[in-house]
Amino acid sequence: MAGIDQSKIRNFCIVAHIDHGKSTLADRIIEKTGLLTSREMQEQVLDNMDLERERGITIKAQAVRTVYRAKDGEEYIFNLIDTPGHVDFNYEVSRALAACDGAILVVDAAQGIEAQTLANVYLALDHDLEVFPVINKIDLPSAEPERVMEEIEDVIGLEAHDAPLISAKNGIGIEDVLEKVIEKIPAPSGSRDNPLQALIFDSLYDSYKGVIVFCRIMEGTVSKGTPIKMMATGAKAEVVEVGYFGAGQFIPCDELSAGMVGYITASIKNVKDTAVGDTVTNAEHPCEKPLPGYKKVNPMVYCGLYPADGSKYPDLRDALEKLQLNDASLFYEPETSVALGFGFRCGFLGLLHLEIIQERLEREYNLDLVTTAPGVIYKVHKTNGEVIDLTNPSNMPEPTEIEYMEEPVVNAEIMVTTEFIGSIMELCQERRGRYLGMEYMEETRALLKYELPLNEIIYDFFDALKSRSRGYASFDYDLKGYEQSELVKLDILINKEEVDALSFIVHKDSAYERGRKMCEKLKDEIPRHLFEIPIQAAVGGKIIARETVKAMRKDVLAKCYGGDITRKKKLLEKQKEGKKRMRQIGNVEIPQKAFMSVLKLDDRK
Amino acid sequence: MKKLGIYIHIPFCVRKCFYCDFLSAPSDEETRERYVKSLCREIKQEARAYEQYQVDTIFFGGGTPSLLTAEQIQRIMDTVRGNYSLQSGKEEPEITMEVNPGTVTFEKLCGYKKAGINRLSIGLQSVRDEELKALGRIHTFEEFKDTWNFARKAGFSNINVDLMSALPGQSVENWRESLEKAAALGPEHISAYSLIVEEGTLFFDWYEEKTVTDEAHPPLPDEDKEREMYKLTEEFLKQYGYHRYEISNYAKEGKECRHNRRYWQRENYAGFGLGAASMVENVRWSNTRNLQQYLEANRKEDRQVLSEKEQMEEFMFLGLRLTKGVSTQNFYRQFGKEIESVYGQVLTELMEEKLLLKTEEAEETRYFLSPYGTDVSNYCMAQFLLD
Repeated sequence: MAGIDQSKIRNFCIVAHIDHGKSTLADRIIEKTGLLTSREMQEQVLDNMDLERERGITIKAQAVRTVYRAKDGEEYIFNLIDTPGHVDFNYEVSRALAACDGAILVVDAAQGIEAQTLANVYLALDHDLEVFPVINKIDLPSAEPERVMEEIEDVIGLEAHDAPLISAKNGIGIEDVLEKVIEKIPAPSGSRDNPLQALIFDSLYDSYKGVIVFCRIMEGTVSKGTPIKMMATGAKAEVVEVGYFGAGQFIPCDELSAGMVGYITASIKNVKDTAVGDTVTNAEHPCEKPLPGYKKVNPMVYCGLYPADGSKYPDLRDALEKLQLNDASLFYEPETSVALGFGFRCGFLGLLHLEIIQERLEREYNLDLVTTAPGVIYKVHKTNGEVIDLTNPSNMPEPTEIEYMEEPVVNAEIMVTTEFIGSIMELCQERRGRYLGMEYMEETRALLKYELPLNEIIYDFFDALKSRSRGYASFDYDLKGYEQSELVKLDILINKEEVDALSFIVHKDSAYERGRKMCEKLKDEIPRHLFEIPIQAAVGGKIIARETVKAMRKDVLAKCYGGDITRKKKLLEKQKEGKKRMRQIGNVEIPQKAFMSVLKLDDRK
Repeated sequence: MKKLGIYIHIPFCVRKCFYCDFLSAPSDEETRERYVKSLCREIKQEARAYEQYQVDTIFFGGGTPSLLTAEQIQRIMDTVRGNYSLQSGKEEPEITMEVNPGTVTFEKLCGYKKAGINRLSIGLQSVRDEELKALGRIHTFEEFKDTWNFARKAGFSNINVDLMSALPGQSVENWRESLEKAAALGPEHISAYSLIVEEGTLFFDWYEEKTVTDEAHPPLPDEDKEREMYKLTEEFLKQYGYHRYEISNYAKEGKECRHNRRYWQRENYAGFGLGAASMVENVRWSNTRNLQQYLEANRKEDRQVLSEKEQMEEFMFLGLRLTKGVSTQNFYRQFGKEIESVYGQVLTELMEEKLLLKTEEAEETRYFLSPYGTDVSNYCMAQFLLD
């Protein structure tokens, strides 16, 4: 590999708003550069997990190396780095971008610029990447490439009139894109003679090789036997193997040198040692400074995860342990709930991350889970001067011990067509948003800027946004910091007993509304018992809402004769079995799904 | 001699009622004749297993047994008589046949009587024609009355009438009317069921799956109304001399259905015909539900030897269907254990919840469901299933 000409390498990524065709274009590039025949192509080659394919999103960063024979007769090495496409993974995105020298901006010919288009493009420009646009989906009847080109020039200030007009889906214009990559994106710089300096943009745990570190070599070289050191975590190891990325496979090579993208294995046991954004250097001849931009990633959203079947607790622990091997941003610690028994308090980068982990636990590890309402980290300033990070509502101190509380706030940007501005502003108002301003993108579209409490957007904000704009609004956010807020703990009492797993923290102005909705929802979920069951919502011991599950009046099999006995017995067994799957709170049996149903309290139905 | 009941299933109907989940289907004359032949062959073939038994009840159920001709019933009865020992002496066996209005003439009923049938069970369900129509019944109340008159005239002195409450759009008053008109005729026995919407019926599609929501399908009465009808049934029929002896069954003194009672008391019965179930000496099995398989070979399946645990569970949940409940002495006789040693905790809990009551008479202690326990009998019965 030593003979590779740096000027023939292009390291780039594709940025786009969700559904504008990023992954499809990546697939076409891989196909066109001959790495795979179209027969071998599976949709979205870079999205490895079943979940990624199903949801059509990228969760982990991926990379692939292909060789392109250009029109000038030369062969170029393309390293395409596919970045995650969701705000939950913004930091990962920024590190993946830092590993590139340029980016292709994909814009939908019909929809034009969306919130994530802007956010991603600015992120790329912040990293000094060369960005060039391509207009995708030009074969759609509603495509307006001219309008979109103008929009790109007006709004982003990128030259767009020579943008390739393509249809990634139907393979139109892909060659133009490849030529543009060579023309527009600069070759990497850096010298193989400098000390090793490599940026980690992802890592993966493999049970045979240990951690596989995905990195971009900025300076120097690395090969088998190189003693390496992670500059932020301090972890040291000796390189076992280096290589580059085939499609879905790792191809070993002798050496990686400045400008190249590839992987390193070094019998590292834990992905925590190879944090995304960290700098790998030569332990004996270290570089002077680590690469800029490293950040320790902290979870933003917390919830309790419990096995539906209490005896599966060890299985859940093992599964979380395994998932964490591959996902340094997943946090968990044991906790117990009176209602749900033994489980874990888990921290996630965001709600999507939570959903992904939950789904993987259920699917890959065959676990039935009960999830408590997700919450954020609140800062509780106690009267004795102590400040605690509150991740579990049950741990909230007595109101008398609290001086004040703070909650995380985000800067949100919402892109919306002008007709829906009113309803989206209303939504933001309901969610305690502070209006920061509005910019018109063009006559029909505007970018709304709001400051929103994080706990107002982690539940169903995105759904509400979509439903109130008929799917047109797009949304992006950044954590701004903590602000003081009037927060209270809302408790739910079932038959006069507090159910800890249903408690959550809410702004005092929303408490009544939320309490009422919770009670209504629970009333539908809790089956009738032999006695009447009051369901109450309370704040600081004061009841603010109440519903009642009426006593059971009737539960009879009208007839049962000789031929029915086996069948009727099965029915009774089912009834008894159903009882077992319920959670006993006092003398009330609560079905598992009651705990889940309260997570989705849709505002408008 | 040990006692045996015989159940004979006739799986044919003019057409399927909307609420019915029994094994039945329309048929032609030729199929019915092949079926009768097959049935007689089965009755004959199985006889050897019952040499030590005396048959004291026979029940022709369906479907609609009265779709068979008198001659066919005669042939079946002759086969039973020729191969089994029937109870004789001062008490004659109870031989019941289900009859649907609109399928019998006076002559036909006389033929059934001659064949040996001594008890009829007539499916009326409602006295209101619009309710009958909503159920998918093929007859009117007038047609029922014809059948009733023919039956009495033919000499049947032991007749049950089936009624059904909690029908679509039915009011408590409507139900009272059905009870009143049926009781006024003075049948010896009345079965009064609450409509249960069973899976696999048209009603299930309409009411559970909610595929249709038009005026053709008025709503079902709610739980509270249904219970009101249930309470009314017992009080009302009492005035006419009927007492409740099972969740849905009412009879004049001494006219309880002996055959059905044996299911609840777990006495032996042999089932013949398509899909018929048998339980003899705690072994249960069924005939195939596939008509072709039955016609060719009377196939048996699902043989199950009931464990002591299963026997005790059934003893409880079937026995508690009866108003008089279960006898602790009887439990001890069957299982050699005190009922309290097995179910002590459940019995105590249910009594504390006032769902179960206990009586102690001279030689017998009995547990039985309270009125509220009857309302929520599934809940109570499920408690007796052992882990």
